[in-house]
Amino acid sequence: MELTGAEIAIRCLQEEGVEYVFGYPGGAVLFIYDALFNQEKVKHVLVRHEQAAVHAADGYSRSTDKVGVALVTSGPGVTNAVTGIATAYMDSIPLVVISGQVPTSFIGEDAFQEVDAVGITRPCVKHNFLVKDAKDIASTLKKAFYLAKSGRPGPVLVDIPKDVSNQKVEFAYPPVVNIRSYHPEKHGDVAQIKRAAQLLIEAKRPMIYAGGGVVLSDASKPLTDLVRLLGAPCTNTLMGLGGYPATDKQFVGMLGMHGTYEANMGMQNCDVLLAVGARFDDRVIGNVAHFASVPRKIIHIDIDPASISKRVQVDVPIVGDVGHVLGDLLAVLHSSKQKPDAVASAAWWKQIDEWRSRNSLTYKNSNELIKPQYVIEKLYEITHGEAFVTSDVGQHQMWAAQYYKFNQPRRWINSGGLGTMGFGLPAAMGVQLAHPEAQVACVTGEGSIQMNIQELSTCKQFHLPIKVIALNNRYLGMVRQWQQFFHGNRYSESYMDALPDFVKLAEAYGHVGIRVEKPSDVEGALREAFARKNDLVFIDFRTDSTENVFPMVPGGKGLSEIIFAEDL
Amino acid sequence: MRHIISLLMENEAGALSRVAGLFSARGYNIESLTVAPTEDETMSRMTIVTRGSDAIIEQIKKQLNKLIEVVAVVDLTDGDHLERELMLVKLRAQGEAREELKRMADIFRGRIIDVSDKTYTIELTGTGSKLDSFLQAIDRGLILETVRTGSSGIGRGDRILKL
Repeated sequence: MELTGAEIAIRCLQEEGVEYVFGYPGGAVLFIYDALFNQEKVKHVLVRHEQAAVHAADGYSRSTDKVGVALVTSGPGVTNAVTGIATAYMDSIPLVVISGQVPTSFIGEDAFQEVDAVGITRPCVKHNFLVKDAKDIASTLKKAFYLAKSGRPGPVLVDIPKDVSNQKVEFAYPPVVNIRSYHPEKHGDVAQIKRAAQLLIEAKRPMIYAGGGVVLSDASKPLTDLVRLLGAPCTNTLMGLGGYPATDKQFVGMLGMHGTYEANMGMQNCDVLLAVGARFDDRVIGNVAHFASVPRKIIHIDIDPASISKRVQVDVPIVGDVGHVLGDLLAVLHSSKQKPDAVASAAWWKQIDEWRSRNSLTYKNSNELIKPQYVIEKLYEITHGEAFVTSDVGQHQMWAAQYYKFNQPRRWINSGGLGTMGFGLPAAMGVQLAHPEAQVACVTGEGSIQMNIQELSTCKQFHLPIKVIALNNRYLGMVRQWQQFFHGNRYSESYMDALPDFVKLAEAYGHVGIRVEKPSDVEGALREAFARKNDLVFIDFRTDSTENVFPMVPGGKGLSEIIFAEDL
Repeated sequence: MRHIISLLMENEAGALSRVAGLFSARGYNIESLTVAPTEDETMSRMTIVTRGSDAIIEQIKKQLNKLIEVVAVVDLTDGDHLERELMLVKLRAQGEAREELKRMADIFRGRIIDVSDKTYTIELTGTGSKLDSFLQAIDRGLILETVRTGSSGIGRGDRILKL
């Protein structure tokens, strides 16, 4: 049967089992919206800005392991989507973004709402396509979903000109996809896995450093088994939180710029480091030369060969899917007659516990001023550590990462790589749609929330009872913190003047708003918010405006060159 | 160090810009880049001459391999290989210089492919350094125009890059 390109595009989404498309209509996608209108399988979520469409699809994907889908029009539609696409690219999130394009005969003529979508997105997608004939739509979308999800995941953009979406051709969804130039490695090299096992079992001071790859590969179970088998300490990156249970005694907290003392010291003092689905980025290991200045053997498991030995030279590279490789590594260790050295292990843990006893995350609570850390601790308590928590970017993000103990993967949803302010609320929409019954909290600041505040309207339309936890300190807090530490207290443009009344704002959008100004009211407000199961509640916590995130490894410093709260 | 990297890639619109974009986005340098379709018209072959430390060259190869449209990547500098570049050079050829330039072209095994009463156009192939030497051997004032293709490379003997 002959279908239009638009109908084919929607049929492809149905074939892929797509539940939600996040989008915003416009001239170049009118035929696609028409095709959406005529069916019920794929539900459309109308956002209020295209950036939010992509973030919502992204949040949906991060919380489910499915491919997120966004649909935007040509020109400004796709340029607005770019921040969302770049966000997903940096964190390796599988998305398919469909953008409309001006009709093929208009391309290159600076037509109304024309932009070179493939060119503009090229550096921030895993791959992209311009479809010039409707007969290629089905095979292109099939490839797009396959590319997005396989190997190192990432966003894929498919640009469809308006005339192509109205062209009629025969439809057949290809059952398989074959790309001759693309064969991601699933299984790691057996000899390398054996070498890794040998190093780990003979290690006196082993350390396991696990990142977002563990979450993306759904490898928490084998990771946890491995950590327990080795009796080694485990740290997670910002992207990896929840990949290993945070309340487990072998967990030493997050590492990096705002990591715990024990995690960062463990990284610098171990003799064998196993990096799993992590990429040694600048916020994680600080100064590369300092990091490399101590002798240790490094084993690195990653799906992306280009991530291995990019910043840090490693001894045992293993390219493969993290879950598969960990499974194989466990099998080798189980069959080995050797056991980890118990005496060395006891000495290593004694040292770690000594670092731990420094309690690097302690903060001085107050009866007068609301401490942001206290709000997160209460949020953790009240939600029993089981909520999905999205965040924006800045101090609140670090506090959420430090004080909310994630025991499960895919519960902590934040923009780690790109650091996109405005991510939290739209991401929470995707999470809440994917998990209608779950508690979803968006931890944000008064700066970040205003970057996509319009989405409160989307939340109203789709009845999304998200709890917005705004840590309002009247400053772009992380900027202010750096200005205090490194720019002589000159708070250049980091004070947020003329803030809206967030309670009234929430009410104007049809939601519930609560303002909290006293520490004694924090718990009550949170309880009330979560008791309102069907309402979006926006809590404006007026927090201590001078609070800083500690510990801190300043930019360019080594992991053991840490500033503690009491140092200032 | 200087490296010559050969690529086989899908002969598709935009593939070249993905490669060029990768080099500029990641701050790698390109000394020269040549590309044309192969005998299999679905595929193009590209030769890139670049410079960098071992670690950077390793990254360049990995990043190139990551591009979906790249089918194969080989660093020709890893083994024996041949390298040729074509140059067309237009020279002012009048009076005494006319004879002298013809002699120089012969010495460098170049061919005069166009003649006018004032000019010669010489075609010369060889390694980049041979082409450089030719230009150095000529009085600068006589050089009117040069155009070079950049290097193309191929492995020696049984070293074959084919799908």
